[in-house]
Amino acid sequence: MEHSSLDILHVDGKLRLKFFGELTLYNLTSYQKTVDSINFSRETDVIIDFMELEFLDSAASIFIYNLEKKLLSDGIQVEILCKNEDILEIIHLVKNQKQISTKIAHSAKRGILEKLGEHTYQNYLGFLSFMAFMGELFSNKICYIISFKNIRYKEIAFEINESAVKAFGIVALTSFLIGLVVAYQSAYQLKIYGANIFIVDMLGISVLRELSPLITAIVIAGRSGSAFTAQIGAMKITQELDAMRTMGFDPYKFLVIPKIIALMITMPILIFISDIMAVIGGIVVANIDLGITVDLFLDRFSEVVAAKHFFIGIAKGPFFAFLIATIGIYRGLMVKDDTQSIGFNTTKSVVESIFAVIICDAVFSIALTNLGI
Amino acid sequence: MKNIIEVRDVKTIFDERIVHNGLNLTVKEGEIYGLLGPSGCGKTTLLREMVMLQKINSGSIKVLDYELNHIKNEEAQQLRQKWGVLFQSGALFSSLKLKENIALPLVEYTNLSKAMINEIVEYKISIVGLKSEDANLYPSQISGGMKKKAALARSLAMDPKLLFLDEPTSGLDPISAREFDALILKLRDILGLTIVMVSHDLQSIYDTLDSVAIIDNKKIVYEGSLGNIKSVKNEFIQTFFGKYNE
Repeated sequence: MEHSSLDILHVDGKLRLKFFGELTLYNLTSYQKTVDSINFSRETDVIIDFMELEFLDSAASIFIYNLEKKLLSDGIQVEILCKNEDILEIIHLVKNQKQISTKIAHSAKRGILEKLGEHTYQNYLGFLSFMAFMGELFSNKICYIISFKNIRYKEIAFEINESAVKAFGIVALTSFLIGLVVAYQSAYQLKIYGANIFIVDMLGISVLRELSPLITAIVIAGRSGSAFTAQIGAMKITQELDAMRTMGFDPYKFLVIPKIIALMITMPILIFISDIMAVIGGIVVANIDLGITVDLFLDRFSEVVAAKHFFIGIAKGPFFAFLIATIGIYRGLMVKDDTQSIGFNTTKSVVESIFAVIICDAVFSIALTNLGI
Repeated sequence: MKNIIEVRDVKTIFDERIVHNGLNLTVKEGEIYGLLGPSGCGKTTLLREMVMLQKINSGSIKVLDYELNHIKNEEAQQLRQKWGVLFQSGALFSSLKLKENIALPLVEYTNLSKAMINEIVEYKISIVGLKSEDANLYPSQISGGMKKKAALARSLAMDPKLLFLDEPTSGLDPISAREFDALILKLRDILGLTIVMVSHDLQSIYDTLDSVAIIDNKKIVYEGSLGNIKSVKNEFIQTFFGKYNE
């Protein structure tokens, strides 16, 4: 290896490329540069001299093959001098293989219009498949309505525990902090006008009506929605869903609908917990920062905050739950046979379900305000 | 003998690629029937079509006298209880223990008592050669060979007449693979099963199969017994069977 080198000589009007030592993947690039810098246009005969070469690997013989081909096409005579059987064999092997191998086609570059068209079509197909999913979902839901026998209580109970009961802690903590922060920021503003007591009105309505349902939905989308996608996606990859189908267990009845129902049942409860915790957060700030006692806060609360705000907040729960669960499950069913698509679909599931929840909330907001509720 | 499966003029197209173009084959009762062919020829696809996991583009498939193109929902449910499917990687439900996996069809489809189901599960576990203490393990805790055996036990839970096996011996060491072959032969004799399998394992093909269908170039190039297969002029058959036992 230490004496590998290339000599370029002119002997008898012929260009002689004399290789020493080894010619392999590791030193090929420098040789390639040297050879490329040679001006072959004045030559008529080139001798590639491997007499002193000890080892040639397949990458290097491809290089030699290409060089020979290029020189021949320029009308230059090429002669390879070699006595080493191994080297001759590998040159021969590469030559044979190269003659039958075809170039790997590069995928053609596509124009913006074509890409846009494909993208639109893909989205259209995605929309169709979502509609197909919804159709299947409702036709299966009807089974539940027809007969109580079809309801899978065990699965529903399991899902209630998995996706909701275990989320109580995180929902409670998040809501408490949100209540604290909102109250703290508004306390600062209210103090300026000496309108301390109005913190109750502000906090009560905003938390019960909007903040609690939204915060709960976002936490659940991030926690349970993504879990649905990952679980169903993984089951798809391991063929568990196929196995279920061939055994006649419809995955919709066994996996999909119990999850949706479980979440729809528990979401209002979670929102209720979130309400309590956020108001407690508010009470703490009102007490410390604004000097409003707990009694005063609660008196004012029952006076100014109408019960309808609470009920509206709770009523949003099942709708949000339906959106989160269906999107999470749909994304899980869209997972292809590779692990990367689990990550892709889980991300999409969380983003899409939060987006859908916010849209739904906006619709509620506008509709209810216009109805005067 | 009765025809268990009849495949007629089946055509399958993925996007723009034609996978099957006019396939015909017949599986008779009590046979161990092999689907063979070069990789990518659509063996597994055909198997998936037979078990209603995939739709065909044209033609017809008849399984146990049910026409799959026009099958009603309830009929499909009945049919699914009459067959067992063993997937390549087992496809055991990862959230359930082995015994729960095997008991699942029994729990769902029958009103047997818990004790009775346990008995049946124990029997199925022993028939496939697993130990009873394995029954409480989860699929993630057992080896590939055991997974296949457990999956076989699950597919046998409802005493099906028809068993589909997708590469039953792939990924097994040679000893387990031969054991598995012997097991399949034994089960066929004891339970009178009809078995359709996709396989690449030459030894297992020669040991177990009664008849084969070779799929190549989107069509069946040979259907029949292994005895005179070498006389067929086909590149795949010549390379695959040519050098064996010479």
